[in-house]
Formats: sequence, structure tokens, C-alpha cells
Amino acid sequence: MAVKVIIPTPLRVYAAKKDSAEVSARTVGEALGGLTTQFAELRKHLFTDDGKLRSFVNVYLNDEDIRYMAKEATPVKDGDVVSIVPSIAGGRALA
Amino acid sequence: MATNTQTLSGKPTVASLSKEEILRYSRHLIMPEVGMEGQLKLKNAKVLLIGTGGLGAPLGLYLAAAGVGSLGLVDFDVVDFTNLQRQVTFGTSDVGKHKSEAARARLSNLNPDIEIRSFETQLTSGNALELFKDFDIIVDGTDNFPTRYLVNDACILLGKPNVYGSIFRFEGQATVFGMPDGPCYRCLYPEPPPPGLVPSCAEGGVLGVLPGIVGSIQAMETIKLILGTGDSLGGRLLLFDALGMKFRELKLRKNPDCPMCGKNRTIHQLIDYYEFCGVRGEEAPAPDLQVPEITPRELKARLDRGDDLYVLDVREPHEYQICNIKGHLLPLGELPRRVHELDSSREIVAHCRSGKRSAEAVDFLRKAGFRKIHNLKGGILAWSDEVDSSVPKY
Repeated sequence: MAVKVIIPTPLRVYAAKKDSAEVSARTVGEALGGLTTQFAELRKHLFTDDGKLRSFVNVYLNDEDIRYMAKEATPVKDGDVVSIVPSIAGGRALA
Repeated sequence: MATNTQTLSGKPTVASLSKEEILRYSRHLIMPEVGMEGQLKLKNAKVLLIGTGGLGAPLGLYLAAAGVGSLGLVDFDVVDFTNLQRQVTFGTSDVGKHKSEAARARLSNLNPDIEIRSFETQLTSGNALELFKDFDIIVDGTDNFPTRYLVNDACILLGKPNVYGSIFRFEGQATVFGMPDGPCYRCLYPEPPPPGLVPSCAEGGVLGVLPGIVGSIQAMETIKLILGTGDSLGGRLLLFDALGMKFRELKLRKNPDCPMCGKNRTIHQLIDYYEFCGVRGEEAPAPDLQVPEITPRELKARLDRGDDLYVLDVREPHEYQICNIKGHLLPLGELPRRVHELDSSREIVAHCRSGKRSAEAVDFLRKAGFRKIHNLKGGILAWSDEVDSSVPKY
């Protein structure tokens, strides 16, 4: 399935400054995996060393939070949009 | 805390407008969605702005201009030249002045008929509940994760709505947390990102107009809450991409397992948010708990001797991933409901990053009847300094 993954501003620096990427995937997890294959630097920002999605990374399939669906196993279909929604605080550095 | 002398509490409900006010608010009054009834609601509303910077600028200006009768302004910072690119409340002549007071002066000039109180203080776990209690709506225009979690938790504890906005470079988010049966900030983001993993705003910068747009959305949501009109952003996360000039909307659900607003709440009071967010070197001073301590060197010697010690790591799982000393992970927030997992007959050494959270854990466990328990003095940071320098500090 061809899906679009939207890359949020804070992570674009690790994704060749792209705001989105087209990937082929059957699940949300595969879509994110495809994204990190295209942009290897993104991997450590999305996944832990043992391959789990980081707890502070929110992922949406269209307008639904995948935590309330089948998480990374949530199936995708052609034309779906997967969004990575980071926490942003604004303003000064976090130190 | 320096404040001006105007008071908010005990202010009687106002049931009419003066002739001057009718003229000032005429463009509201002729709209049926606002009208006299709505304008009086605005006049009787009490709104607290946390932060008077980029988001706080349009918030303060529009809420004051709209006639919100009582505005509180919380900021400890001082205006500097780098603020003027986006913090449009301030003029060049304000550089060097305290933001809360400079904003109060500017907004008083804009609307002398409203009451404005400035709080020249940093919002902390120690003063948040006291500051919030006199206000109906809290608006989060802060710039850091610890304060966002603090604002969220204080709003949930007091049952007040939290009008949320945040920005990064060209991207903004807005919603309303803390509505009855609605989600809170922790439902969306249970944990903050560890420092350093997401680029900071100081590296990224922010386009000056962006906080103007996001702050204006917050001002609109605040006014809608006061008027009780329209569809609130509560339960929806608005994402704004200024470069693509696109607004998107995501569904926000209340997390049934949320530690703050879920059914089995594990957080019942304000915590140390600097510690929670792992902000190095900025820990707010916490009252020192008197608990039995063990130094890292003593612990190492006893472990080397083969003493039967149960090392309890009360940090969060993501911190455990950063570094650990092979302790058993049981985050402080989960301790009350998981205390049965611990064996009170064994000798326990609790540790965290710096020793503060584990002091709370030791205090809690002693009150729960544990007798053979120590706090690792200085936490994993001291362990790195005194025992094993290969353990990274964070």
C-alpha cells in the first residue's frame, strides 16, 4: 500500500529536510520502518535500541492515534496518511 | 513574589457596563453571538496567562482588548532585545524591564477598565495551586516541558481548563486540555522527550509571526470558553504548518490509563517537574527529606562483598534505557500501586538520577512499614562520579 508519512518540523533535520515521504507498507509499523530505511538518522529518534517505538513519539493514522487502534500493527490502505506528532514546547532550550 | 496591589478575590459580579465600555465594546455588542450577555461574561471572567512572551503577547493584547475583566500575568523573565522579534507586547524601551510588569503597563494602557495583576515569579510546584485558584481559565503560553506538565497537573487537580498552544520553528499546536471528561496533556504526551533527543528551539529558532497566530488561536478558544459558544478545540489537536500554510486536526482521546486524569490516577499532587523532564542543572530546590542514606562507594563495597541488597531504580523506563546500574526498575509514580512487589524483609537501596526522587520513594516506603531501606546519595550521577565513570550522566 502506498502511504504518505508526514515528518514534523523538529525531525526534518534528520530526513533531508523533507516534510513527507511516500512509503509502501501494510502496517503503520512498516510505514515507519520504511521511513527510517530512507532516512537512517531518523531511526534513533523514533525507535529505541531494541526496535520499540519511543514512548514520547505519537503516531497517528489519518486523524486517529494508533495507541487506540492496533498500535504499530494497525493496517494501512492506499492513500492513508501517517503522522508523527512530536512534543514541542516552544521558546528556549531544554538544556 | 512581587505583585501589584490590585486584588482579584472578592470582586463582585458586574451586571452592567458603563457608557464608555458600551462604546468600547460596540463591535462585540452588536453581534448576537456576544451581545450584552456575552460582554458581561467577558467582564466577569478571570484568566491567568502563564508566560507573557511570544504566545502571551497576542493572548494578552486580545484578551485585554476584548474586555476580559480580570487578567493575571505570570512571568519571571526580563525583556531582552531578542524578544522583540515576536513578543509584540513589548517595545524597545521595555528592554531590561520585568516582562510581567511591562506587559501589565501595556495592557492597562490598552484597556484601563480591566483589572490586571502581574506575578513576577517563576511558576513552581510550590505556588501553582495558590496562583491558579483565583482564576477560571489557565492559558499555557510557556516555553518549556517542565512548566507544561506543571500547568497541566495543577489544572487537573483544580478542575480548570488549560488552553494550550506550543510552537517550534514553523509549526504550531493548539488544543484545550482539562475540559470535563476531556483529555489532558499527559493523555497526549505521557512522558517528555529526553533532553537532547529533540532539537531545542534555541537551535531551531521560531518565525516571529508563528506565536502570533498560535497565541491568537488560544485567545479565541479562551473567549469561546468564556462565552460558552461554538465548538471548543477540546478533544482535538490543531496542527499548523506555517510553511505549507496548512491546518490539520487530530482526534485527542482521554487515556483511560492516564496517571493524572485516568481512572487509576497515580499522581495526586504536584511533583518535581524539572526532575520529571530530566532538565540538567535546573532542578528546582525541593525540601530535603530526612531519610537514611548510603554513599555510592559504600554501596559498591557492599555489593562487592556479596551482601544481599535489592537495588531499586525509581526512575522512568526511558531513563533506564539511557543508563542503569542493574537496579530493578519501578518508577516513583507507580510505587504506591506496586508496593506489594517489594519484599520488606530484604534490605533495599533506592536510587534515581540525583537522589531526590528516590528520597521520596524511601520516605514513602518507610511510611509503608519498610525498615531496611536506604537512599543512594547523589543518585546515578554520584555513582558515575565516584564509582563507575563509564555510566553516562544525563
